[in-house]
Amino acid sequence: MTQDTLDTPIKAPTFHAISASRKVKDQLARVLFTASFVLALIPLIWLLYTVIARGITAILSASWWTRSLAGVLPEQVAGGVYHAMYGTIVQALIAAVLSVPLGVMAAVYLVEYGKGRLAKVTTFMVDILAGVPSIVAALFIFALWVTTLGLPQSAFAVSLALVLLMLPVVVRNTEEMLKLVPDELREASYALGIPKWKTIVRVVVPTALPGIISGILLALARVMGETAPVLVLVGYSRSINFDVLDGNMASLPLLIYTELTNPEAAGALRVWGAALTLILLIALLYAAAAFFNRYLARNR
Amino acid sequence: MPTKSAPPSTLKSGRKRQGDTIFQSIAIAAGATIIAAIALMALFLIIKAVPSLGADQVNFITSTEFNTTDAANLRFGIRDLFMVTVLSSIFALVIAVPVAIGIATFLTNYAPRRVAKPFGSMVDLLAAVPSIVFGLWGIFVLAPWLTPVATFLNDKLGWFFLFADGNVSIAGGGTIFTAGIVLAVMILPIITSVTREVFSLTPKGHVEAAQALGATKWEVVRMTVYPYGRSGMIAASMLGLGRALGETIAILIILRTAAQAGSWSLFDGGYTFASKIASAAAEFSSPLPTGAYIAAGFVLFALTFIVNALARLAAGGRVSG
Repeated sequence: MTQDTLDTPIKAPTFHAISASRKVKDQLARVLFTASFVLALIPLIWLLYTVIARGITAILSASWWTRSLAGVLPEQVAGGVYHAMYGTIVQALIAAVLSVPLGVMAAVYLVEYGKGRLAKVTTFMVDILAGVPSIVAALFIFALWVTTLGLPQSAFAVSLALVLLMLPVVVRNTEEMLKLVPDELREASYALGIPKWKTIVRVVVPTALPGIISGILLALARVMGETAPVLVLVGYSRSINFDVLDGNMASLPLLIYTELTNPEAAGALRVWGAALTLILLIALLYAAAAFFNRYLARNR
Repeated sequence: MPTKSAPPSTLKSGRKRQGDTIFQSIAIAAGATIIAAIALMALFLIIKAVPSLGADQVNFITSTEFNTTDAANLRFGIRDLFMVTVLSSIFALVIAVPVAIGIATFLTNYAPRRVAKPFGSMVDLLAAVPSIVFGLWGIFVLAPWLTPVATFLNDKLGWFFLFADGNVSIAGGGTIFTAGIVLAVMILPIITSVTREVFSLTPKGHVEAAQALGATKWEVVRMTVYPYGRSGMIAASMLGLGRALGETIAILIILRTAAQAGSWSLFDGGYTFASKIASAAAEFSSPLPTGAYIAAGFVLFALTFIVNALARLAAGGRVSG
């Protein structure tokens, strides 16, 4: 080992500029990831454009929001979807009235009381229920309501099926929101000698309320577009029916499905008009949900 | 001097308060209702399906027939339904999973922090569109666009069974090919949101370690984000598969009825479990034929149950979607 060998490095330098192939791969990955995002937006924009462009003429007519299709001939450009809007909104609201207390209480159970086996099984079943196809939920209600109990097909049966579809969404969202409530609030309440149930009802749930409401609105938006339950559980009617327990009742998805078999130009107008109406309803619910989430949460 | 007794304590004893007991019971009952709902669902579907299965004149698993017009001579089997359901769902998954992983990677690692959230909401908006509207768009707008692609694939790759001639017209567009692409769009948001959540949980230390070693952005993603998120990606795909298997109305609108049984070609038509049940919904009057559809419904229920349970297993706990 002589002095001069130390002048030259023993190893080649370990720091290199990034090689060309690595640079190319890196850029390629960047392009592909960005492209996949853009790719996902294409169907969204294309679909919304189609529905708006084809549906706008129908919904701009004055009778669209105020009349039903009673007495309107298939080829006639007249009438409206007032009867179907009533059905869609009422079926969803009944489903909400039934599923919200149940869902919120189940979430309270899971977050505030849930320990042990029962809670684990409940969480698992909520996941399973979230994955149950809407047609299976509809078949179950059919087997229960119509063939076993012998009750007629009705809008209420549809609402029962929608309850099954809404429940997991409500439970999960409420659970998330309750978990966000700081434990300090609960402890402060206990320290004042307030019983646990009162702490939940007066402190925990009110704190989480804007988030819970926004979740309920999103769940409503989800079930409004469901077609399988209405197809199985209630007949279509061209005129208004206020009775949820008996008789046929239209809803927007059912009207779309029925008018699909109408070969006249007026049928296509109604199909796309109803699709646009449905999307507008859902957009309204989304906007309301965003409002509850953002503004009410901030003003607290 | 009279002895005074101590004033009664204002503190309550450790006894459980009645309000608490009642409230807790209500909460437990609500949780139990959900368990009961699933159990009843399985029970009722089985009870209503068994008599029809007994009256079935052909093999339920292997027959391609599905004829319930004559209650005295029920002939129904699920082979064809199973084929169309599985083929369309797997095809949708093959398209959707890479795109969803790409979007999730873009949103968590590439997009500027300020726009990542609104961009993510835009993808979530796809989940807000009702499935019947997807069906309308699929058959009236998308299908004509896809026809040249489908014809090309059929011409050039027709020797491969997936692209062989099917039992419906390619020009009509009512094929599993169209349905699968629409399904892919429909399941994209759920796969994206679950994958995104897992990707965003990648430990900062892993990422920084890779960066300290001089990794490029892509290498960071490949060496830290993907290995960490592998189980999440599998769970997300399973959830997407579950959705695709049960999708009803979009498929019912898009797929054309076929005269003969299918042969695992993407250009076949026919019915999935869900669309078959929906198509016959108007004829649910006598119990035996209805039971045939309920039997098909039970198979679908079991399929989605298994797929969703696997998703949970893969994620090692709860999956949100």
